[in-house]
Parts: sequence; structure tokens; C-alpha cells
Amino acid sequence: MSESRIHSAAAGERLERPENWNRPQRMEIDGDSQLLEVSMGPHHPSTHGVFRMDVALDGERVVRLRPVFGYLHRNHEKLGEGQSYLSSMPYTDRLDYFCSLSNNWAYALAVEKLAGQQVPERAEYLRVILAELTRFQNHASSIGFLIQEMGASGTPLMYAFREREKILDLFEELTGARMMCNYMRFGGCRVDASAAWLDNARARVAALPGFVDEFERLLATNEILMARCRGVGILRPELAINAGVTGPMLRASGVGYDIRKVDGYGIYNRFSFRVPMGEHGDVYDRFMVRLLEMRESVKILEQALREIPEGPVMDPRLKLRNFRPRPGEAYGRIEAPKGELGFYLISDGGPNPYRYRVRPPSLINLTILEDMCLGHSVADVVLISGSVDIVLGEVDR
Amino acid sequence: MIARPLIETSDQVFVLLKEWLVGFLPASWQPAAGVVLCVAAIVGLFPVLFALTTVLERKGLGRIQNRIGPNRVGPLGLLQPLADGIKSLTKEDIVPASADRVVHFLAPLVLVVAVFMGFAVVPMGRNMVLVDVDAGLLFYFAMGTSTELAIFMAGWSSRNKYSLLGAMRAVAQMISYEVALLLSSVVVVMMAGSLSLTKIVAAQNQYTWGLPHWYIFTPWGLAGFLMYAIATTAETNRSPFDLPEGESELVAGYHTEYSGFKFALFFLGEYLAMFSISGLGATLFLGGWSAPFSFLTWIPSWIWFFSKLMLSIFVFIWLRGTLPRLRQDQLMNFAWKFVLPMTLLNLLVAALWRFLGEGWERWVFCTVILVVAYVVMGRMEMRREHFGPRSYRYAE
Amino acid sequence: MFGEGILKGLAETARNFFGSFVSPERLTTVEYPERRIAPFEAARVFPFLVYDGEDPLAGLRCVACQICEKECPPQCIFIVKSSDKKPDFVGKPQNYPVRFEIDISVCMSCQICVEVCPFDAIKMNTEFELSTGDRFGGLLLNLDQLVKPNEYYHRIHPAGAAEVDARLAGEKAKAEEKAKAAAEAARAAAEAAQAKAASEAAAANTTGEAGAAKTTEGVGAAKAAEETGVAKAATGEAEAKAASDAAKAAAEVASQKQPDQEGRR
Repeated sequence: MSESRIHSAAAGERLERPENWNRPQRMEIDGDSQLLEVSMGPHHPSTHGVFRMDVALDGERVVRLRPVFGYLHRNHEKLGEGQSYLSSMPYTDRLDYFCSLSNNWAYALAVEKLAGQQVPERAEYLRVILAELTRFQNHASSIGFLIQEMGASGTPLMYAFREREKILDLFEELTGARMMCNYMRFGGCRVDASAAWLDNARARVAALPGFVDEFERLLATNEILMARCRGVGILRPELAINAGVTGPMLRASGVGYDIRKVDGYGIYNRFSFRVPMGEHGDVYDRFMVRLLEMRESVKILEQALREIPEGPVMDPRLKLRNFRPRPGEAYGRIEAPKGELGFYLISDGGPNPYRYRVRPPSLINLTILEDMCLGHSVADVVLISGSVDIVLGEVDR
Repeated sequence: MIARPLIETSDQVFVLLKEWLVGFLPASWQPAAGVVLCVAAIVGLFPVLFALTTVLERKGLGRIQNRIGPNRVGPLGLLQPLADGIKSLTKEDIVPASADRVVHFLAPLVLVVAVFMGFAVVPMGRNMVLVDVDAGLLFYFAMGTSTELAIFMAGWSSRNKYSLLGAMRAVAQMISYEVALLLSSVVVVMMAGSLSLTKIVAAQNQYTWGLPHWYIFTPWGLAGFLMYAIATTAETNRSPFDLPEGESELVAGYHTEYSGFKFALFFLGEYLAMFSISGLGATLFLGGWSAPFSFLTWIPSWIWFFSKLMLSIFVFIWLRGTLPRLRQDQLMNFAWKFVLPMTLLNLLVAALWRFLGEGWERWVFCTVILVVAYVVMGRMEMRREHFGPRSYRYAE
Repeated sequence: MFGEGILKGLAETARNFFGSFVSPERLTTVEYPERRIAPFEAARVFPFLVYDGEDPLAGLRCVACQICEKECPPQCIFIVKSSDKKPDFVGKPQNYPVRFEIDISVCMSCQICVEVCPFDAIKMNTEFELSTGDRFGGLLLNLDQLVKPNEYYHRIHPAGAAEVDARLAGEKAKAEEKAKAAAEAARAAAEAAQAKAASEAAAANTTGEAGAAKTTEGVGAAKAAEETGVAKAATGEAEAKAASDAAKAAAEVASQKQPDQEGRR
């Protein structure tokens, strides 16, 4: 495999910007006309959304790969500047549309840091419960899609979606919508969860370990899966750290970095859970890390559902309208199911933010795609890009 | 017993029907007319079975995936193939401008014809084989290999770099597994002493203590059947060996440039190949049209044959619903490094079986040899692919 | 053993296949549209306007304050305020929307309009089968299509509707309390005026029947004002205010008549 193209600047070094840096370019395949240039175009059964990969193949091996995205750009950050803080909350649902509650929490965290607000305990517990449910269904879907790309005609995907439907039903009962939940508010949650909902959630969570067992039995020791995934798309830990990769991808490469443990945001330091890590950094490790994280999520859920206290979920003095945080900046980050999701807000004292920036984990994780795919065949490229677990809503915003 | 004539009639109902119909014609025309009638029956029956199988496959896959399959067209969705057929017939027939038109047109026809020829020697019931050729198995494999020609014709005629690549890949896969297929059938020939499929069935149509002498119930027969099943799945490009058809893997497959009815013909050819090779497998290892227990021989033989056929189809659907696809090089590795050595060993074991004579020794020896070989080869395969269990540590 | 994982996987799918015939857990399809799942109470699809009572326009809770229009993130609400006023559920005259249109092709069901409405006038509907053949006009819902009675809100959202009704009843009760207190104040003011008139009449009683007549007039006016005040207290604060105003005016008239009387003296 060729050398990585990630370049860390030395002290005092000025990095030159190449010409036409922001215009789409054709890949230069120097001299060798034997190379086959293939565009795995935006409409493709295996890419996770409208995402294009320009791949140069030498026979069967990948020589160059360039991801092209932007097909789903919806101007989220500029819209955020034109709207009040509250109005941006529904738009954060649509960033990583599988995990809308995690996005909501990251944004609420950033705004609460900016405005210096405290969150009541019951709201913190509810946030943890919903975030872990989101993580569970995201990992289940991600594994399902990965195996679908391997050609298992969608069976594990259907099982994952069956469980996901149950979790989405829980979301709908509480927040009113299955996917675009719009549930967190600055200083708490929008509505309180009834005792009936909590009982429902406990019953569903009790059934989840059985599903993870079923999934594991179906897949984890399947020889064909192992043959397809082991040794494919290896990501070395130094490269992962240098490229800013976070989330299950980083942990599968052997770096034990989980923001839930590092930052301890919310009340995560009250729960006992472990963070699984892989060793080899290949697709199989990423798949297994996600599977093990599903089990850890269930543990956290059981603890949180047991310990949730009574109380308000929102400070009654806080008003929704005319929210003007004092001038300043804040960066709020959480361990989203895909990686580190961060919101950077600059306030100038007005009702709208001055700058609203999203750190999308899928995009940052994608930068390393070429280095992982070099030397593999096209079939593996599909698998590797699936193991990165991207959602185009987040990549393109 | 009065029942006996009834049993025999129901068993031979199609033969009697044919003789009755043919009886209307003058004597010199009767043999030819009989053959034409049988051919018409085969050409009429198996496409209907194909249509039924497409629906059953979709519904079966659906049930595996916790959903209902097609259920809108007709009762329980059983008229879905009619809708699919009408759709494929009304599509525009696109032929690429630079394609070789004659070869492009002939490829699906060659496929379908070659596959139909294979049906000629498979005995579908007592006295129900179209042509009783002495070298039936040889004839069958000759016709089966011709299907690979059709695939290559399809890829070549499209004048498309990617289709050609796809076709060559498919042909390479099929040739590799053809060897395994042949070798796993040779053991049957060794034990039955004949290449004729009717004689092979007759050899298995005996009962000891009510249990049949099917070859699958012997160690070498079971190993042979398993290898045959793997090779069959690969020959017919079914999951997990369906890389030539996987859109997400390849840039293009050999039937990319086909649309409408010709595509439907490719599809038909593939499923018919599945039927005929399953039929052959049933004949070689599962006793063809013989009943599983001696007290069940009153059920007509053709019902047994078709039940075994549909059981094989069900297993194909089951495999498709469960297993992901193998990559090309892994597929080939598997063929040459695992399946082929096992089939060769099977030949040795079958010879040992025959020459050890009756008794429990041969059961024990053959079983032990095969199991040990399987475990050893399995371990070698796993070590080469690093299939050992992995441990995952936890941070902090 | 080589092949074991595949066999385990096959066992799992077989379990699902055979289970799909016996247990609903293994066959989760609901054959829409023959069978439907009832939507959740909290489900939010598109907004609708609530009205109390029988007449959609008279009982409409919306006062066209345009807060929802301002707060809506994709700006899908269009309101035109009326120039005249109509009384709301506590009797206070409020504006009403002459045009209230929501473009449901733009609305993203975020429910912010519901959260910021101070009058519980706009709520989320759970009806989602809104597809129409008219791509532009059919997706722009106007006031007539948006108003639904409070009973409908109770039907789709019993808990929420009960809470809103309790709150509104509480507000109405408070308003009545206020009106009663205002009527009490009016009566007390009238009585004070009456006492004043009586004392001054007593002081000027020697001046003659004219004074007594005028005093009785003043007392009668004050009594009438008190009665109207009491009657109107039931109808509301505004009337109570009017009543108290009337009482005040009557008291003023009564007190004004004194200087007249004195003038005539």
C-alpha cells in the first residue's frame, strides 16, 4: 500500500494550497493507460446515500480513490446563522438522520455551555436513555447494512430493522416522531416521560440482549463473513489518530478513546460500562466493536432505567422565546454512534448565533477512506466504505 | 388387492396417458410422436415450475426476513410471475450499437436449449425418462458444460470491457466447480457400476429393514453429496457464489447488456439449470424416484422425485437468505484447495468401501477417514484465513 | 470446526422462517391499508387550529398574535390579522386571523409552533393520509381546512386535551374571580357613593323633596349599577370592568348632582 497522504505540518511550516483546490478535478492517472477509472456513482446500491467514489483500478486492485460528496448539502450551517437557537434544533435532527436524539443532545450541550445553564437530573437520565437507545439502533442498522453489502440479501438488515422499529415506536410515544425527534431543549427535555413509557422502555430493553445474541449467532462466526472481513481495510492506530478519526473506527484500531469516558458529559460517570476495543483495525474488528457496544448500551440502559429519579425535566423559569445567550463561544461534543459529534457556536449576544459549525464525524472518518482501500479489490471497497458507517446527511450537512 | 392396480396406475399415469395419446397415430409414427409428446411435457412443465419457484423464493426469503413476500397479485401472490412475465415481455429490447448482433441474440437461446437437453436423461419416475442413454451421466455433463459457452457468448457479444470481465469471471468459477461436480459424481458411478441414470436409481431402489439404499446414507455418499451440493450452488451462480450477479460487487455482469425478454430467458435458463442439476443430485445420491421407506412405496414415484427436487430448491433459497457472498478469489481458493481435495479423497474412500466388503469395518474406517480429513482440512483452511477466535479487550 | 458458523446461521434463519408462521414477533408486517396501526397520542404530523363550541370562527382560540409565524423554522405559516376584534373564551376582545395558511409541503412537523403558542390555539394533528393530486394548491391548507373542534382534539390527544382544558378552565375561573372581585369593588364603590349621597342628602335634607328625589335617583342609579355589575360579573371581566366603570360613572353622576343641588340651594 502506498504512503499515506495525511501530512502533519511541522512547526512554522506554511502549507501551500494547490491551485483549483475547491474545484472538482479529474483524477490524474499518470501515464499508465492500463488503469481503469470507475465512478461508483451517486446512484449505487451500496453507498450509504448519494455518495460518489472515483476509483482507479489496476486490474482488480485499487490504485487511487477519491470520495466525492456534497450531493446532499443543505446549507445547514448558514441556515443556523439566520435562525434563532431554538429554530435550529429541528434541523439538527436531520444531520445524522439515524441518530437524531444524539444530534439534539450535542447541540443542546453546546448551547447550555454557551449560556451557562444547568440541566435537571431527570432530564439528564432521560437524555442518557434516549442516546443509548439511539446508539443501539444505529449500530444494529450499521451492521445490517454492512452485511447487506456483502450480499446476504438483506436478512440481517431485516432483523436489525425489526428491532429498530420497536425502538422507534418508543421514540414516537415519547417525542412524537420516529426519526426527527426534536426532543432536547436548552436546559432539559421538551416533555416528561410518563411512568407507562418507562415501563414500556424497560420491557423493550429486557428483550434487547436476546436480539444481540441472535445477531451474534447469525453472523459473528460465519466463515464467509470472516473471510470477507478479516484483514480487509486495516487502519493503523497512528494514522487513525492523525486523521482525526473517532468513534468505533478508532476503537477498532486499538485506541481506547471514548468521549463518554474522557469528558464524562451528562451523567455518564455514574454508570458502569466498558468500552470495547479491537486490535487489528480491519472491517471485522469494526463490526465486532459495534456489536459489543450494543451490549454495553444495554447495560447502561438497564442502569439508567432503574435509577431514574422523579422531578422536572426542564427549569420552569426558562422561556423558549427571546433566548439571547451572552457573547462568547462554546464547543459541545458527545460520543455520537458514529464518532465525535461537536457543535461550535459563537454568540454575539443576539438571538441568532454568529457562527454555527458542526463537526461531522462521518466526514472526518471518510478522509481516511483512500488509505484504507489501497490494494484491495472493488468488492472490498464497498465493504470498507460500509464499515466507516457514514450518513450523508452528516457528511454534507 | 384392489389397491395394487390403483397404486400402479397412479404411479404410471403419465406413461399410460402418453401411450393412449400416441395410440391415435399410425404405428410408424408412434415412437417419434411419443418423444415429441414427452419433450412437450418437459418444455411445458418446467417453466411453470420455474414461475412457481420465483414466487416461492420471494415469499420464502420474505418469511426468513420476517416479512410477507409478494401478496397482491392473485391469491397469496401466486400470480406474480404472470405480472413479471408481462413486464419483461413489454420492455424495450436494447441491443448495444457495437454489439455482435448474432451472438448477442443466440446467447440466451443456447443457454436455454442446453439446459433443456439435460432434462432428457433424468429419470423423473418409474419408466419416466425421456431417453434411456447408457452413458446418461456423461451426456448430462456434456450438456451442462455447454451452458458455460452461452455465458461467455453473452459477455463477448456485448463488446463491453466490463461485461467481458464479468463473463470470464463467471466462466472461471463454473469451470472450477465443474471439476468438483464431476469428481463427486464419479463415486456414484464407481459404486453403481454404470453411467446410466436409470441403473443408478435401480441400484438405490432396494430396502433393508425398511430403509433405502440411497447413497447419501453411506459415509462416502454423504461426503459426495455435500461436495456435490457446494459445487451445484457454484455452478448455478447461487448465493453464496453469486458474485457474477452481484451488482454491488462488480462493475458489470455478463448480462448487463440484456433487457426485456432476453434477460428473462437468462433468468429462466439459470433456474432450469438449478432444477436439472438438483434432479441429477436427487438421482445420484437421494435415490431418484424411490421412496424413503419401504412402506411408503404406494405414493407415486414421480411425486417423490419432485418432492426431492423442491426440497433442494428450498435449501437453495435457505442458503441465499442466510449467507453473504464470497469474493472471487476466495471462491476459487475454496474450490481448488478444499472441495477438490475432499472429492479426491472421497474416491479413495469409496474404493476402500467397495473392496472391504460387507460388514461394520467399512463403515467405521470410511467414516473415520472422512471425518479426520474434514477436520484437518478445515483447520488448515481456518489457519490460512486466520479464522481463529479473536479476543476483544476493553479500555480502562 | 470449519463450517460451524454457517450452520449456526442457517439454524437462525430456519428459526425465523418457521417462526413467521406461528408467532407475530417473527412476522412484523402490518398489511396496510387493510390493517392499520392506531397512531400514538403524541404523534405529530401537521398542525391544526382548535376551536371551542360549535362555531369555528366564533370559538377559534387563535388571536393572530403571529408568534408561531415568527418562530416557525422553515417559515411555512402565513397569517393575516383582522382589523376588528371578537370576544375570546373569557370575553376579552381579541383579533382573529382572516387568513391562516400552512404549507404542508414545507412544514417539517417540528412542533415549535405548538410550543410557543400562548393560547393553546394550534396543536398537532395525527392524520397523515393527506396526499392529494394537486401538487401546489392541495398542499396549502387554509383556515377552513385547519380548524377542528375541541372534541376532535380530545379524540386524538385525550391526555393533552384534558390538560389544556383544565388549564383554560382554570384561567376562565380566575377571570371570573377577577370579574367578581371587580363587581364587588364596583358594588362597594357604589355603596360608598350611595352612603356619601345619603349623608349629603341628609345634610341637605332640609332643602326639600327635590333633594330627596335626586338622592333617591342617585341611590336608584347606584342600585341599578350594582345590579348590572352583579349580573355582568358572571359574563366576565370586561363587563365587570364596564360595570365598574358604569358604577363609577353613576357614582360620579350621583356626586355631580350634589353640587347641582347645592347650586340650586
